[in-house]
Amino acid sequence: MHSEHTILSKRQLSEEVYRMEILAPLVARERMAGQFVIVQYDQKYSERIPLTIADADPVKGSVTVIFQTVGASTHKLALKNVGDSIVLLGPLGNPTHIEKYGWAVCVGGGIGLAPLHPIVKALKEAGNKVTVISGARTKELLIMQEEMEALADEHIVVTDDGSAGRKALVTEPLAELCSRDPKPDLAVTIGPPIMMKFCASTTQPFGVKTLASLNTIMIDGTGMCGGCRVNVGGKTKFVCVDGPEFDAHEVDWNQMLTRLGAYKNLEKEAHDRCHMEMSIQELKKQQAVEGNAEAGRDNKQGSESR
Amino acid sequence: MSHMDRANHEEQARLELARIRGIPLNPKARMQIPVQEMPSQDPSLRRANMSEVATGYTAEQAMLESERCLQCKNAPCIAGCPVKIDIPGFLAKTREGDFAGAVSVIKRTNLLPSICGRVCPQEKQCQLPCTLGKSLGGVEKAVQIGRVERYVADYERQAGLLAPPPAAGSTGKKVAVVGAGPAGLTCAVDVRRQGHKVVIFEAFHKAGGVMVYGIPEFRLPKDLVASEAGVLESMGVEFEMSFLVGRTRKLRALLKEDGFEAVFVGTGAGLPKFMNIPGENLVGVFSANEYLTRANLMKAYEVGKAATPLYPSRRVAVLGGGNVAMDSARMALRLGAEEVRVLYRRTREEMPARGEEVVHAMEEGIHFDFLASPTQVLGDQNGRVVGLEVLSYELGEPDESGRRRPVPLKGSEKIVPFDTVIVAVGNESNPLISRTTPELKVDRWGHILVDEKQKTSIERVYAGGDIVLGAATVILAMGEGRRAAAAINEVLQ
Ligand SMILES: Cc1cc2nc3c(=O)[nH]c(=O)nc-3n(C[C@H](O)[C@H](O)[C@H](O)COP(=O)(O)OP(=O)(O)OC[C@H]3O[C@@H](n4cnc5c(N)ncnc54)[C@H](O)[C@@H]3O)c2cc1C
Ligand SMILES: Cc1cc2nc3c(=O)[nH]c(=O)nc-3n(C[C@H](O)[C@H](O)[C@H](O)COP(=O)(O)OP(=O)(O)OC[C@H]3O[C@@H](n4cnc5c(N)ncnc54)[C@H](O)[C@@H]3O)c2cc1C
Ligand code: SF4
Ligand code: SF4
Ligand code: FES
Repeated sequence: MHSEHTILSKRQLSEEVYRMEILAPLVARERMAGQFVIVQYDQKYSERIPLTIADADPVKGSVTVIFQTVGASTHKLALKNVGDSIVLLGPLGNPTHIEKYGWAVCVGGGIGLAPLHPIVKALKEAGNKVTVISGARTKELLIMQEEMEALADEHIVVTDDGSAGRKALVTEPLAELCSRDPKPDLAVTIGPPIMMKFCASTTQPFGVKTLASLNTIMIDGTGMCGGCRVNVGGKTKFVCVDGPEFDAHEVDWNQMLTRLGAYKNLEKEAHDRCHMEMSIQELKKQQAVEGNAEAGRDNKQGSESR
Repeated sequence: MSHMDRANHEEQARLELARIRGIPLNPKARMQIPVQEMPSQDPSLRRANMSEVATGYTAEQAMLESERCLQCKNAPCIAGCPVKIDIPGFLAKTREGDFAGAVSVIKRTNLLPSICGRVCPQEKQCQLPCTLGKSLGGVEKAVQIGRVERYVADYERQAGLLAPPPAAGSTGKKVAVVGAGPAGLTCAVDVRRQGHKVVIFEAFHKAGGVMVYGIPEFRLPKDLVASEAGVLESMGVEFEMSFLVGRTRKLRALLKEDGFEAVFVGTGAGLPKFMNIPGENLVGVFSANEYLTRANLMKAYEVGKAATPLYPSRRVAVLGGGNVAMDSARMALRLGAEEVRVLYRRTREEMPARGEEVVHAMEEGIHFDFLASPTQVLGDQNGRVVGLEVLSYELGEPDESGRRRPVPLKGSEKIVPFDTVIVAVGNESNPLISRTTPELKVDRWGHILVDEKQKTSIERVYAGGDIVLGAATVILAMGEGRRAAAAINEVLQ
């Protein structure tokens, strides 16, 4: 039974981040910005790991994924080497809707910079002016910087500790950009859910349309299990077939965060997940300052479905 | 029900066989032969393991059970079987101990008898119209056709007689089959027999569809499904696994660019239905599909080996009354839950699950709350399930389906503690192929519309199984796969 895909190249980008190029000619040909694949490091016991397609080369017939080793499965994937075979299914999810919006601001946090890259590229190709905000906890975790530098009309770098760019959270420059006149026509945010949540609450008061790419827990990725469901605008949606991108202002972020933690105790989760999340506390403070009305919604989470 | 071990069943059957050898077997004598019970693992042991519950007839039991058949001239049983197996024909061979002969009779119309013998709802199909059952006053007294079918099919495999059906010389034509469930597998075999090249495209990394990700190991061993898929491979059927038609390749492209002259779509049901009650997205609420897929396909029950985690459950509520609900409940028990309750809106009589599965579930200690349905899932401050608000019902007037409609009893709400809720109330159809193939006509539930030959609104595209029927059965899906194959073979002539 044919199901194997060969790893063509592998590179470690930082202590915890790997880039793999995998032979998958059909996926390379069909895929569009915003879509993802599901990989398994073996046939028998591997979890199904959803990863966004960071790049593709239709001529060579390869797709590239960039992933962070956060738990057992991503660690085992990182142990695979050039020449090894893995299972790969895709491209999954709906492509990002690309058109000429005018001015687009793209916000990537940590590993989220990888899936952001093809979207930045596609937005540029469609004739948009693109501002990129790259954020990470510290300098070593900033990935895709050369690519972003080359593509973006304007590139703002922030780190939590100030080791590169500004010492700030991504929401700070995002708020500044939104207060410009004219304001951005579109914002796109990909990163840890907590970051996306606060990007959404940053752009909302300015009325800037914002897309977020959700990374829920998934099993099949084909619409069969319902494990990836989220509440968007009061309706239950399946991220794998209805998403992965949704209007960030409509997403019930608290419910999504709760569901992501289903299999973890919360401390381990806070430690393990993308490092941007270390900044939860600060973001919370910021939220309090902004007097966000979301608090009221928090208690009701989960009490609505379609 | 008493739980004799297999040796006991065998001994009793031997004695009974010896007794009837000495008497003329007129219908009256046949009617006196006792129904052969299915040997099965003791409920107190099996509720804690994944091994098959029903361990299968012995040779003596299979022969004795076949002796019960009256060999009716009109054979009403055949009409009850969706693939029209010559039932008296295979029972006559079994009775003589010619098990290989019996299988070849079955295989004329059913390619996967070891599977159907295990999972067909026989009491609603072949065994329902059985003359013997009718004369003895109950379908449970009918000839146990499925059990004998399973016996002879298992005999064939264990004796190493499983041989791929011969394929005719190559015609140079190619057919694509989408989905490796029972519909797709059956269609593939019949098309391959005619000498056409067949490629099966399957989204998952294993073949079998619901037979591998839904129906649990303890009811249908997975190596059995794998060995059936192996037979297809040895016939020369090719499998492209982890290939999602509609995404990896569009249906149109298979026909227009890849040289396939016909396509069969057997993609099964999809999109699990939920109850639309508050709290359904809390942590600890699962669709049966997710729960069973984690356990079956991803082997999550092999803790320590499998990477896919399981949610730790103590008190589990299962919502629904079909096979899927029974499987989820029994799986939850085997995964370590202390108490499992099935909540069903109607009563035992209306339950759509196979009779044997309900009996097995009850023996294993699953609780049933009939005439009960939840109105709300309750969660704690961390968003995790802590209970259900449950409303009681009574049966009112019959509805369109002829079943008495459950009517809620006002004010009967009570709160029951649970930490896990498994929703098994059915599926909607998977929209992927129809969304990416707009010219493919579907009904308002998303089921693909086909004619009497399984042909869709697109030339050379056929469909069958759950994607056409809604949630159906393995044997109905296989029947549709066969019908489509016949039509495909006809147009490719
Ligand atoms: C559509 C989609 C696209 C994705 N794209 C990428 C990508 O391009 N690069 C990348 O590195 N990751 C991506 N992810 C996340 C990636 O799938 C998870 O990090 C991975 O499945 C974790 O598996 P694990 O066994 O290593 O970790 P686990 O042991 O399962 O978890 C370790 C930690 O990660 C958290 N976690 C688990 N699953 C997810 C998840 N799906 N999303 C976020 N946190 C999770 C857990 O809460 C825990 O704190 C994507 C997820 C989705 C749904
Ligand atoms: C838990 C459970 C218990 C059941 N118990 C019984 C029982 O006891 N007896 C009985 O007779 N029936 C039972 N059924 C019903 C029975 O399993 C189904 O009716 C039958 O499997 C339908 O067969 P199918 O071939 O149409 O689809 P499926 O078995 O669903 O197979 C479809 C296959 O297509 C694949 N697929 C889907 N979309 C695509 C795509 N776009 N590209 C490629 N591949 C795709 C899927 O991954 C899957 O493997 C049960 C069902 C469930 C869920
Ligand atoms: S295939 Fe199913 S319905 Fe037909 S005879 Fe066998 S068990 Fe009965
Ligand atoms: S109806 Fe029953 S008794 Fe008659 S031939 Fe069929 S199985 Fe035998
Ligand atoms: S991952 Fe199973 S439905 Fe989305």
